[in-house]
Amino acid sequence: MTVIANFTAQRGEFTLAVDATFEPGSVIAILGPNGAGKSTLLRAMAGLVAVSAGSIKIDGMVVDDSQKIFLPPPARSIGYVFQDYALFPHLSVLANIAFGPRSRGRGRKAADQLAREVLAQLGITDLADRRPASLSGGQAQRVALARALATKPDVLLLDEPLAALDIETRTKIRMELSKQLATFAGCTVLVTHDPLDAMLLADRVIVLENGVVVQDATPAEIARRPATPYAAALIGVTLLRGTISQGELTLDDGGTLHTADLAASGPVLAVIRPESVSVHLVQPEGSPRNVWPGTITSLQAAHDRVRVHVDGSPAVVAAVTPAAVADLGLAPGEQVWVSVKAVEIDVYQTVKH
Amino acid sequence: MKPRRPTSPRPLFLLIPGLIAIAFLVIPLVGLLAEAPWGSFGSILTSPVALEALRISLVTSIAATGVAIVIGTPLAWLLARELLPGTKVLRAMVIVPLLLPPVVSGVILLTAFGRRGLVGQWLYSALGIQLPFTTAGVIIAETFVAMPFLIITMEGAFRSLDGRFEDAASTLGASQWTTFRRITLPLVGPSLVAGAVLCWARALGEFGATITFAGNFPGVTQSMPLAVYQALETDRSTAIALSLVMLTVCVVVLVALRGRYLRPTAS
Repeated sequence: MTVIANFTAQRGEFTLAVDATFEPGSVIAILGPNGAGKSTLLRAMAGLVAVSAGSIKIDGMVVDDSQKIFLPPPARSIGYVFQDYALFPHLSVLANIAFGPRSRGRGRKAADQLAREVLAQLGITDLADRRPASLSGGQAQRVALARALATKPDVLLLDEPLAALDIETRTKIRMELSKQLATFAGCTVLVTHDPLDAMLLADRVIVLENGVVVQDATPAEIARRPATPYAAALIGVTLLRGTISQGELTLDDGGTLHTADLAASGPVLAVIRPESVSVHLVQPEGSPRNVWPGTITSLQAAHDRVRVHVDGSPAVVAAVTPAAVADLGLAPGEQVWVSVKAVEIDVYQTVKH
Repeated sequence: MKPRRPTSPRPLFLLIPGLIAIAFLVIPLVGLLAEAPWGSFGSILTSPVALEALRISLVTSIAATGVAIVIGTPLAWLLARELLPGTKVLRAMVIVPLLLPPVVSGVILLTAFGRRGLVGQWLYSALGIQLPFTTAGVIIAETFVAMPFLIITMEGAFRSLDGRFEDAASTLGASQWTTFRRITLPLVGPSLVAGAVLCWARALGEFGATITFAGNFPGVTQSMPLAVYQALETDRSTAIALSLVMLTVCVVVLVALRGRYLRPTAS
């Protein structure tokens, strides 16, 4: 079920060039600003857009070679969750979900039966007879996922699956989605412009800018070493996995941090923005609850600021102005102290650990 | 500055012409009702001429609407998706019959489907089919004049339809036919009803192209408007009675579709 995408696709003046492999059982996030070509990538994989050069292979079979071979969407084993979900407004939730199995040759009864099973799997049996217009955003998201999964696809494509939700629902649905994706055996490609979605849902992140892949790595790697100013500004954060209890965060890789989140417990992902990290030459005394020593490993210029990588327990990235670098004489190898206020550490509960 | 009283919401310079327009539209209707032969209404409408005209009008207008739906809807889809070369030119061509004087449409049809016409001579010599001065000719005339209403309505509906619904159906495994039948058509259903009704009403009222292309033969090509026209010269009360019937049909259609289907876009 591996997908090998090595192609360019044209859309008017815009060109998208991709060379990437998507493994089964993995969740790959495509992250990038608006107009970067994220949706075009998904549409090309689905067969809604033909590639202009190169090819796409799904499970060893060429589905589009830009010449003779082009399998239309129904001939590809894909499930597609559209942005804003595109649920059929004239069909009930059950009929929406049964539509795929029916189109792929099942009888009405068998398709309805399958649709009910999928509804039960996702815990939304009570929505079966509702019309899409009467669903909340979170419910519509679940139904859209159910509809895409009902055809038992090898590849699941999700286009901004959480963008239509308000922040509160989003956190909850993100957790749910994460659980469901963990049980999905095929390969999942998830398009998002929200770095948090990428960090929390994906095993691998492909950063797309202006139709070009600028980085392809694990979330942690991208967070640590963002390849472009965009990536740095958006996702150049420190990601730390650990276990939290009453605000005390015990990190998997050693060290503990104080956070202001007293409600969370269990496995979490902690995010520290570089702007929240201060660098000191001597041990500071003040309100920040988290202060620890470290060694500067590298400096990286990004836009109007310098990213200072500090190896310690834990290792963090701090963003400071070029003037501060000069004044403090920051350089690789220097011993420094870093401090982070407890309230500046964002904590997100996770499923896998 | 002194506070000014708000000006009248119905200024006279708009109110007076507006009322004149209302009078202009309503008085003829009142005139028709005033002169209607209420006493002999039943006998006029059950006369052979009236019944034949009613039958021909119903058969031809329904057939014309059917033809328009079957061939006009696909064309509307192709135009909306811009899948034909020269879509802009084609779109203009579709509108031509709307603007053309109906009698000119009749002349055009004669030059095409008349016995010496471009297609007509071939139809006649090869297949022995003659269209002018037949009931089929009435259907052709009505279709030619009325189909643009359906095409324009449906093109708008297809255009405003979110393309992702069709994309979604396709990724779920539906063939193009299944997608069109189970997704596209139901979603534009209200527009289809509206377009078909407009088309049918136009076909029902068709006069100029019909009389030019199909002639005025009672029992064969004489539809209601043609019967009204002929009766007016000989028997005024019959003409008025038949006119009232058509007026009633218009009103019934308007009331039945009020708001419900005449909205510009699909629900």
